[in-house]
Amino acid sequence: MNNGAIIETRDLHKAYRVGEVVVPALRGVDLSVKTGEFVSIVGPSGSGKSTLFHVIGGLTPPTSGEVRVAGQNLTTLSDAGRTRLRRGMVGFVFQKFNLLPNLTARDNIAVARFIAGNTRGEDAGFEEVLKMLGIAGRLDHKPNALSGGEQQRVAIARAIVNHPAILLADEPTGNLDTGNSQGVLELLRDLNKRLGQTVLMITHNPDAAAYGHRTVHMRDGRILEHP
Amino acid sequence: MTSRLVIENIKHQPMRSLLSALLIGVPVTLILTLVGLSHGMLQDAAERTRGIRADIIVRPKNSTLISMRNGIPEAFVKYFAKKPHVKAAVGVLMQPVEGITMMITGLDMPAYDAMTGGFRYVTGGPPKGPDDIVVDDYYAHEKKAAEGRRIKILNHWWRVSGIIENGQMAHIVANLQVLQNLLSAEGAVNTIYLKLDNPANTKEVIRELQADPKLTDWPILSAEEMASMWTIDNMPGLRPFIYVVMGIGVVIGFFVVCLSMYMAVLQRTREIGILKSLGASKAFVLRIILAEAFLLGVAGTLVGIVLSFGSYYLIGVLVPASIQMKIVPFWWPIAGGITMVGAILGAMYPGLRAASADPIEALAYE
Repeated sequence: MNNGAIIETRDLHKAYRVGEVVVPALRGVDLSVKTGEFVSIVGPSGSGKSTLFHVIGGLTPPTSGEVRVAGQNLTTLSDAGRTRLRRGMVGFVFQKFNLLPNLTARDNIAVARFIAGNTRGEDAGFEEVLKMLGIAGRLDHKPNALSGGEQQRVAIARAIVNHPAILLADEPTGNLDTGNSQGVLELLRDLNKRLGQTVLMITHNPDAAAYGHRTVHMRDGRILEHP
Repeated sequence: MTSRLVIENIKHQPMRSLLSALLIGVPVTLILTLVGLSHGMLQDAAERTRGIRADIIVRPKNSTLISMRNGIPEAFVKYFAKKPHVKAAVGVLMQPVEGITMMITGLDMPAYDAMTGGFRYVTGGPPKGPDDIVVDDYYAHEKKAAEGRRIKILNHWWRVSGIIENGQMAHIVANLQVLQNLLSAEGAVNTIYLKLDNPANTKEVIRELQADPKLTDWPILSAEEMASMWTIDNMPGLRPFIYVVMGIGVVIGFFVVCLSMYMAVLQRTREIGILKSLGASKAFVLRIILAEAFLLGVAGTLVGIVLSFGSYYLIGVLVPASIQMKIVPFWWPIAGGITMVGAILGAMYPGLRAASADPIEALAYE
């Protein structure tokens, strides 16, 4: 394993226990994503896309197999180790934005910096990103005063504020209208192009998937070689 | 940043925060009121002891500060009066009528007036008949016992002949013989006050009286010693009682904060999931919950202190003679500290629960 890949999984399995029943969500996933790649993952509901997202993001440990992110083997990482991984290596963008409702947009971004141990002010490069995201004038508003598109832009700013190795986006346009969806997707593409940000995006929408360099299809917990 | 998160959380649910602070304030008020009552009632008793204006107080054998079951034959009053340096001796009979410190005191009014110069009256004057009594302004206010009114004490009807300023020996002063008859204690008193030719002779006279074989083991104290004995530690059971109330305070603080923070953690499950997805450690999440409980505890302490002024006001207006309360600022940090312990302990379970929440489940919480 390695060969320049920033994400690499091999024979990755993940099973959930629901009551007495063990539900296999991932059934041997082999995936490799190179640094600077923008990969879209598509598949029907229950295909295991979100589970793959959670395992790669360090939100849950794999049941078996191997998964490496930026050289770290997540299979052997403890809960605290996965917490550290999320803090510094991974940026998440969720379908429901998941901003802290009590804090302003600026503080939502600042919380991520603070948790990562970065107590310095915003760096000049980040000011540029905020301009690029088009939210510089909306930073002192709380989420309930922002449109869906603005909230998702704030969420993207929060996800990349610590310069993560990978940006994981789970249906980032799922709650947005067409105009805002397009804006967010273009932003992700811009971040990938201009900053070299590795992006792994889950989507149902083939048009959205087309923004990536390549599309990976999933079904029944596996990646389809010939969709 | 942690403080901003905590303050914004508190501001986000103002009613919950306010109710929590109010409920946390209850045990603080409870403790401060109890301590204030202890100090107030004891100070009132001490002031009334000083207000007797005698130099030496003689109590029956085997009596305690608040119990004088064994009487002294009245003949001893004359015996003391003949002792060197003793200018006057007055025997009184005290009987509790309400609680610990509310007593009716029977005395020979002309003899007491001759010894001390008499009571200072707010209205009215000394008793004219055997069933006349004088009461202090606290008692008059609480029992609506205006001058000339008839009131029933110890199943006997009395007429209020005058109202005296508080802090002078007793709340209620009656005729000695009538009280002796009422209590079937004819010819007996339970305290004797001695006035000396010179207060400077107090120690010497006490030494001489204690050396008298007839007075072996009699509690003979200076008025100042007697006044200084009105302390919490000299009241049987009072300190354990205060400790019990403190314990109740901790328990109430514990449950209030536990419930409040448990609800808060449930409400914020998704937000905790967001923080964990950002890489927040268990310690970080726990710190936020405990910091919020700490702030609620501080707010609750302040509310409790303010409410204790409410108790002080109400007690002063409604029952100034039965019970007296003092504001004791020394106890503010103690009551606050006790409640904070309850608050922090109460936040531990919800805090640990939040800290160990599964981020995926938390993020899926609606």
